[in-house]
Amino acid sequence: MSTPADRAPRTTAVPARAAWSAVVPAGHHLTLTDLHGNQAVDFLVYDAHDTAVRYSAPDTITAQGNVFLTTGSVLLSDEHTPLMTVTEDTCGRHDTLGGACSKESNTLRYGHHTWSQHACMDNFLSEGARHGLGPRDLVPNINWYMNVPVEKDGTLGIVDGISAPGLRVTLRAETDVLVLVSNCPQINNPCNGFDPTAVEMTISDGTPS
Amino acid sequence: MATATTYGARDHARAQAGTAAEHMPTVPATDWPEHPCEAGHLVWAETVAGGGYTHRTVARGTEIRLTDRHGDACAHLLLLAAGRPWERLSTADTVKVQWNAYLRAGRLLLSSHGRVLASLVTDTADGRHDTLCGTSTLAGNTARYGDGAPHSASPAGRELLKLAALKNGLEPRDLPPSVSFFQGVAVRDDGALEFTGPAGPGGSVTLRAEQDLTVLLANVPHPLDPRPAYTSTALEVLAWTAGPTAPGDPLWDATPEGRRAFLNTAEYHTSKGIR
Repeated sequence: MSTPADRAPRTTAVPARAAWSAVVPAGHHLTLTDLHGNQAVDFLVYDAHDTAVRYSAPDTITAQGNVFLTTGSVLLSDEHTPLMTVTEDTCGRHDTLGGACSKESNTLRYGHHTWSQHACMDNFLSEGARHGLGPRDLVPNINWYMNVPVEKDGTLGIVDGISAPGLRVTLRAETDVLVLVSNCPQINNPCNGFDPTAVEMTISDGTPS
Repeated sequence: MATATTYGARDHARAQAGTAAEHMPTVPATDWPEHPCEAGHLVWAETVAGGGYTHRTVARGTEIRLTDRHGDACAHLLLLAAGRPWERLSTADTVKVQWNAYLRAGRLLLSSHGRVLASLVTDTADGRHDTLCGTSTLAGNTARYGDGAPHSASPAGRELLKLAALKNGLEPRDLPPSVSFFQGVAVRDDGALEFTGPAGPGGSVTLRAEQDLTVLLANVPHPLDPRPAYTSTALEVLAWTAGPTAPGDPLWDATPEGRRAFLNTAEYHTSKGIR
């Protein structure tokens, strides 16, 4: 039986460039707060009881008929089952096309001089390993607060963010889920204004505050 | 009936040899009547039924031509480095690194490891391809068509790709989002997806393998296909021995990102002693 202490919201500040993970029970809410504004939060979600069932960007955008995520977006698994639902979004829209930065992709995007820098895939790998996940469990993810427009000719790119200090996204878990987060360390593009900053994660059992 | 005995059953079975069907592999591939390459270089010739799948391991330098024979094929494709499935197609890196969401001639299918898996060297299907929507699922097809199991009349792409993966010693975890050819999807200004359908019968794309590849293919309707009926027609697959992209090829230097991807791919091979 849960105690009042169990039901109190649990808040964790995730420092710039760091990883974070948690199991969010069905019906509970996870709120991601962009403390300083314009910080990209790379995010993957798995069925906590069967991590082979995981977030699918294509299923999610196909089902909703739109490439941007916002309030009402249902995050679907690759088996087309609901994992989480966006219940509140004070930013406006979020990306799920661009995936995570990696040391490898950075060499293509910017040059081989970036190889020594940290990247989200490393965060996902090390944080995922704590839950028995490996490279084959990493798929194209969500980038909360990241702004990736698509032009008529298909041109797509990460541009200046539309987030601001204190903006937040709240997700309701539709089943028990495992969430992996990389607070993006990217310093070569505008996804976080070239300056990674801290974000805050809050898990609560009731309606969002 | 002659098949009441083992000898009769054997004769009956053997009498089927040489039967031609519309959807089948031609073995050896060099028996295929048309040769889009030097004589003797064909290594894979197959017609995949609508609702069907296939898989093959091909060597670096192989060219693979996919053709939408009757105008309603949709080739859902996954590529993994042969024997090293942790390096595999990354749709996110493919669209992000190349600054474009659409596939057309000259684009590269990039791996999760900053290298090229395959180059898209020709496209006569008007860019009617998709990197965003993935493939169909058991749950989705069951809702749409009443069933999505591989043995049903409306197999789901993910179920078929799982079978193809399992036959290569892989598991469902080894299946990232796929790309698809011959049914187009466009993104509008507000992010909305628009299904633009096929280019017509006979459209083809040619992919050049830049690494030894495990190729997984499902030929099923696109998940955004609005038609109520499960509509899926034959996909022709021909592959032949050619050569990987090398310095001097226009593709090598077409973009700075692509050039670095080719350099990374070449270095991977040369450090293993492969020229």
